[in-house]
Amino acid sequence: MLYREAGQFKTSYAKDWAIFPIAQDRIVVLGFLAIAFIAIPVLSSEYFLATILMPFLVMSMAAIGLNLLTGYAGQLSLGTGGFMATGAFAAYKLSTMFPGMPIEAVFLLSGVVAAFVGILFGIPSLRIKGFYLAVATLAAQFFLLWLFNKVGWFTNYSTSGVISAPPRTILFTDIYVTGPEASVTAKYLFALTLVAILALAAKNLVRSSIGRRWMAIRDMDIAAEIIGIKPLQTKLSAFAISSFYCGVAGAMWAFLYTGSVEPLAFDINRSFQVLFMIIIGGLGSILGSFLGAGFIIALPILLTNAPHLLGLNIPVDVISHVEYMIFGALIIFFLIVEPHGLARLWQILKEKLRLWPFPH
Amino acid sequence: MSATDQDTGRRIGDTVLKVDNISLSFGGVRALTDISFTVREHEILSIIGPNGAGKSSMLNVINGFYHPQEGTITYKGQARSRMKPHAAARQGIARTFQNIALFKGMSALDNIMTGRNTLMKSNFISQALYWGLGQKEELDHRAFVERIVDFLEIESIRKTPVGRLPYGLQKRVELGRALAAQPELLLLDEPMAGMNVEEKEDMCRFILDVNDEFGTTIVLIEHDMGVVMDISDRVVVLDYGRKLAEDTPDAVRANQEVIDAYLGVSHDDAA
Ligand SMILES: Nc1ncnc2c1ncn2[C@@H]1O[C@H](COP(=O)(O)OP(=O)(O)OP(=O)(O)O)[C@@H](O)[C@H]1O
Ligand SMILES: [Mg+2]
Repeated sequence: MLYREAGQFKTSYAKDWAIFPIAQDRIVVLGFLAIAFIAIPVLSSEYFLATILMPFLVMSMAAIGLNLLTGYAGQLSLGTGGFMATGAFAAYKLSTMFPGMPIEAVFLLSGVVAAFVGILFGIPSLRIKGFYLAVATLAAQFFLLWLFNKVGWFTNYSTSGVISAPPRTILFTDIYVTGPEASVTAKYLFALTLVAILALAAKNLVRSSIGRRWMAIRDMDIAAEIIGIKPLQTKLSAFAISSFYCGVAGAMWAFLYTGSVEPLAFDINRSFQVLFMIIIGGLGSILGSFLGAGFIIALPILLTNAPHLLGLNIPVDVISHVEYMIFGALIIFFLIVEPHGLARLWQILKEKLRLWPFPH
Repeated sequence: MSATDQDTGRRIGDTVLKVDNISLSFGGVRALTDISFTVREHEILSIIGPNGAGKSSMLNVINGFYHPQEGTITYKGQARSRMKPHAAARQGIARTFQNIALFKGMSALDNIMTGRNTLMKSNFISQALYWGLGQKEELDHRAFVERIVDFLEIESIRKTPVGRLPYGLQKRVELGRALAAQPELLLLDEPMAGMNVEEKEDMCRFILDVNDEFGTTIVLIEHDMGVVMDISDRVVVLDYGRKLAEDTPDAVRANQEVIDAYLGVSHDDAA
């Protein structure tokens, strides 16, 4: 239903530039959506939904956000955790200050708040690049978390510092998606809808003029400026839209996944985790954001369970060391050998299949 | 810009760009010293000179990438001494580079589409929804870009990431990106460098066709004297950052100072 552009228009360029120009791709995507929206809620256990698929959806959203900024616009950021925290606290403040506000609006506005914060911390990007920009965004990360920890207003002066998401229903229904009464399935479907819509929007953005401007700045900023692209405006738009996604991801984390708003969830490790996701999944790929998030969430689970299944008895601390080693090796591998990550490997496989059985 | 006369030489109009007493230096290095010349509408003007003469620097001054310490640039009647490159682009100045400056990670088509960025006005929401103006713009501009693709005969490589293309084709894509902006003034920095005879002939044909069909004014840097003498209406000669001559190709060829510069009388940099 979302992908019907192709075939609706008569000109060939419209078909050529449809979001998924190849029929098989459309079928695969629709198949995945059908599985995600119908089969999984019916078949999956609540435990699997709550502990694996929810963080996967939330982190996919954050990875898309960072990928827009780093993978497409070429601006390295270590502030992802800070922008996610901004979204989470914005959602909390908005829903407690305005109890009547629909939860959909809360999520959207949390993203908008994060977008403005992103613009603010994106301003140095006009002058500094690469490593130095990463350090500047690191400052954003630490400053934002410090702010949310120190200023009581953000937590409504709660003494414990841990605050719960208030219960809210979907607009025009009485189905709870946040709070203790919300079922895991409802939360999952709500999160899935958000991710599906915003991933589609991201895909549209990167194939439109704004996406081309980002990539032009990434590939050669001087040439970009000489053909008329305004560097500051373009970089700030990347910071804004990227932070919007991270902000929504943060709100999802707090309201849909854990049910509580705590700064600790968005510390510097979170920023690195999202960065590793897009490196492994593929810089400059929306699909890669999902693959990277899936991979990084699934790997520790596989590593913890595989030895049991094989009848081996490996101590937990050894497993966590192995995990770090595998991540490290993979990140180095992808950075050096295949910066386009798992998404590129998938594409190579597809090209092989497309030509099969008559490769040239 | 309706040129009915087929002869390029005869439809040349008024001065469109005036370079007045431009001096540019980098620290101690004087790249340009007191350069003045004019570019007339619809003409092909070549800038020649030995390596390091200041040719590329001159183009960089014209499109606002370098800011000269002295002098002014008057473009379409507007005088200026400093401006941002993106502002020059918006005034109709496009260029290509001596060392190809394409967006390596993007396809040929996307590179050329990016050349139209100043003409695309839809907001990010309609782009995110791929709806309304956002979608219409994509399709309209794509149709225009396809005409450039046909013109430059690069149909077969339009979806290829430009980083994977051979040098000659990259130069062609870069010309396409500049043309996509529908510039009034096109600055070409050694568009034929490193090409074989056949590729050079193609590139000459494209340049002449652009000039002829769209009336685009062209300022060209080129080392191949055969090409320069063939396609230019006028030639400006630079040496050591100074202007040696500004004249018709024939007159320049006969100019003793120019001959000396090229034979390496003044320095050992024979081109
Ligand atoms: N950004 C810069 N910083 C320092 N010096 C520069 C810069 N750009 C140019 N120059 C110097 O200015 C002088 C003119 O250089 P320019 O590139 O304009 O010459 P050119 O005529 O284009 O030469 P070529 O035929 O080799 O391309 C040279 O001495 C060069 O070293
Ligand atoms: Mg040069």
